[in-house]
Amino acid sequence: MIQSLDPRITRAEIEENNSISPLKDLDQWETYEVFHQKKRGDQHMHVGIVHAPNAEMALLFAKEQYGRRGVSVNIWVVCTRDVFTSDYDDTDMFDVSEKQYREAGGYKVMEKINKYKKANKI
Amino acid sequence: MSDKTVAATIDLLYKIADDLLIIGHRNSEWTGLGPILEEDISFSSMAQDKIGQSQGVFTILHQLGEPEMDTNAFHRSAESFHNAQFVELPNGEYDFSLMRHFLYDHADQIRFEMLANSSFEPIAKLARKIKGEIKYHVYHANVWVVKLSTANKESHERMQTALNICWNYALGMFEESNYEKTLINEEIFVGENELKKKWLENITPFLEKASLKIPSESTWKPVYGGRNCNHTEHLKPLVLEMSEVFNIDPDAEW
Amino acid sequence: MYGNAYIDPNDKANSILAGEDPQKLEEFENRIARGEKIEPKDWMPKEYRRQLIRMIEQHAHSEIIGALPEGTWITRAPGFRRKLALMAKVQDEVGHAQLLYSAAETLGKSREAMINDLITGKSKYSNVFNYPAFTWADACIIAWLIDAGAIINQVANAKGSYGPYCRALDRICTEESFHLKYGHDNVVTLATGSEIQREMVQAALIRWWPPIMHFFGPSDKISQHTEILMKWKVKMASNDDMRQQFLDMYVPKIWDLGLTLPDPLLKKNPETKKWEYTEPDWEEFKRVINGGGPCNAERLAVRRHAEENGRWVREALNNVGSKYVVPLA
Repeated sequence: MIQSLDPRITRAEIEENNSISPLKDLDQWETYEVFHQKKRGDQHMHVGIVHAPNAEMALLFAKEQYGRRGVSVNIWVVCTRDVFTSDYDDTDMFDVSEKQYREAGGYKVMEKINKYKKANKI
Repeated sequence: MSDKTVAATIDLLYKIADDLLIIGHRNSEWTGLGPILEEDISFSSMAQDKIGQSQGVFTILHQLGEPEMDTNAFHRSAESFHNAQFVELPNGEYDFSLMRHFLYDHADQIRFEMLANSSFEPIAKLARKIKGEIKYHVYHANVWVVKLSTANKESHERMQTALNICWNYALGMFEESNYEKTLINEEIFVGENELKKKWLENITPFLEKASLKIPSESTWKPVYGGRNCNHTEHLKPLVLEMSEVFNIDPDAEW
Repeated sequence: MYGNAYIDPNDKANSILAGEDPQKLEEFENRIARGEKIEPKDWMPKEYRRQLIRMIEQHAHSEIIGALPEGTWITRAPGFRRKLALMAKVQDEVGHAQLLYSAAETLGKSREAMINDLITGKSKYSNVFNYPAFTWADACIIAWLIDAGAIINQVANAKGSYGPYCRALDRICTEESFHLKYGHDNVVTLATGSEIQREMVQAALIRWWPPIMHFFGPSDKISQHTEILMKWKVKMASNDDMRQQFLDMYVPKIWDLGLTLPDPLLKKNPETKKWEYTEPDWEEFKRVINGGGPCNAERLAVRRHAEENGRWVREALNNVGSKYVVPLA
């Protein structure tokens, strides 16, 4: 039995050369993606995952793992396998560098106005 | 407040403060050794809350002329603790710790809900402040007890056994003091009997949902004594351990 | 709390890139050079994945094992303030382990596999946690100086190239700043307190100095291996640089308290601006990392006990319909 400096360990009566069978797959349950909202009015943001056996417990865990320093007012959990994602290899699908017509900056009217004003002496 | 009212209030506050301190201490023993990382974190937070809440009650005690909170909590002998024996029992396995957490926290929640309307403003104020913390504790306990008790045969049996072991100790939380009448008349606290009644009402639906059976009433034998400073053999070593460092130099600042 | 990855100097450096697609490798390296992060499902060299898993996993193990030496004092912390703070600190270490295991999982190794490798002794963790915390003061020294060392390492690594690890480290570093303040406050309180307290903290400092000097690991051997890990932003600073940074920041603070360090050669060379010190005993370091330290056996036995004790809880709650997929980020 381990005589530890930690009284908790000594009380637990642990054999120093104990051995256990390896943890099986899913021993640590599946994972839930956690989203938190810092304050009312903000978007929810992804902050990480928790391992949990069901959504309710995922929420219990997420509250303490991601909210114990008071930075959240609301939390969502979503089972990881229910999230459908795009691929980083497809980042080129998001390339919009040639689509200026969608941007406010794509419309430069002052030049025309100034030219018109100058020509018409307004 | 009359002398008698003050004495009654102090007695009530010691019960609450010592319960919180001892259960918080016990639950903190799980930190780093829990069944899975996520639960380890949650359980530790609740243990911290309990210690924090007890600190709040000790602060009020000090305002009523009792020793300063560290001295009071860390330099008092086990023979003068007022906690129920229930909270001093060793943690055992997680089934026992969870069941104690469930039974204790339901009582804690109701006690503070009742105290939120106390005529003794300092405790009413504290009760309102910690409402949210306790809400999480009870929610955590409900989810765990229901899920685990209905999970598989082993977990169901373990949780039923834990309930059976806990039961009479849990009833011991409601041991009446000599001051019940004063507390009720002065509208400081509605009394242990009311608390126990409400507690049974609150826990029963969750235990039913968990398909657990409350031991039959004919076998109920509340384990009293704690409120009058009679304890099991487990409290003394706990208190000595808790105050070991503090008492290396009790006058020093740590 | 963690020092630095222990990289086996006998690894065959020249096999690192064997079989990698040169074009993909180039894109990968260009991305890192541009300061962009690598995300879990990106193409990455096998060696990058292997080193990161090993490093993040070691870091995670160090957190969960690191909860034990300080946990030694969790039931005995003196007074409400210390009791609450130590509980919160040890809880944070558990929380850090959770974050780091999660980051490592995104690289394809399950938490079960990592825990199995820890409890069988296959994976390493930071050597310092194989030393005992004899007194309350030892826990205070750990909280201050080991966490200080850990912050130096973690701040550096947070600028690394792997997105999930950087995100975990950002969160961890914020929490560590509380640990550092807490630790410093504790040590200052003892060092400026009663005679007994001062003796306690001085003795603890002497005990912990050799493990602290070991904390960042031996001088890095300049090899192709180290170079490539630095190019890939897996390793962000050399062990010696981090040790110098630590000494520079903390030795003056220790001396400020009138405490003595057990190294007569320790001084800052005014010309080179580098700290000089007695070379740490690296044989001892190797002995401890390979299982020969005062607490290795206990630490692992305790972890095995905790895992076994909680198994019925985890098994009972396991859902028949559940299926593990690699976490997203």
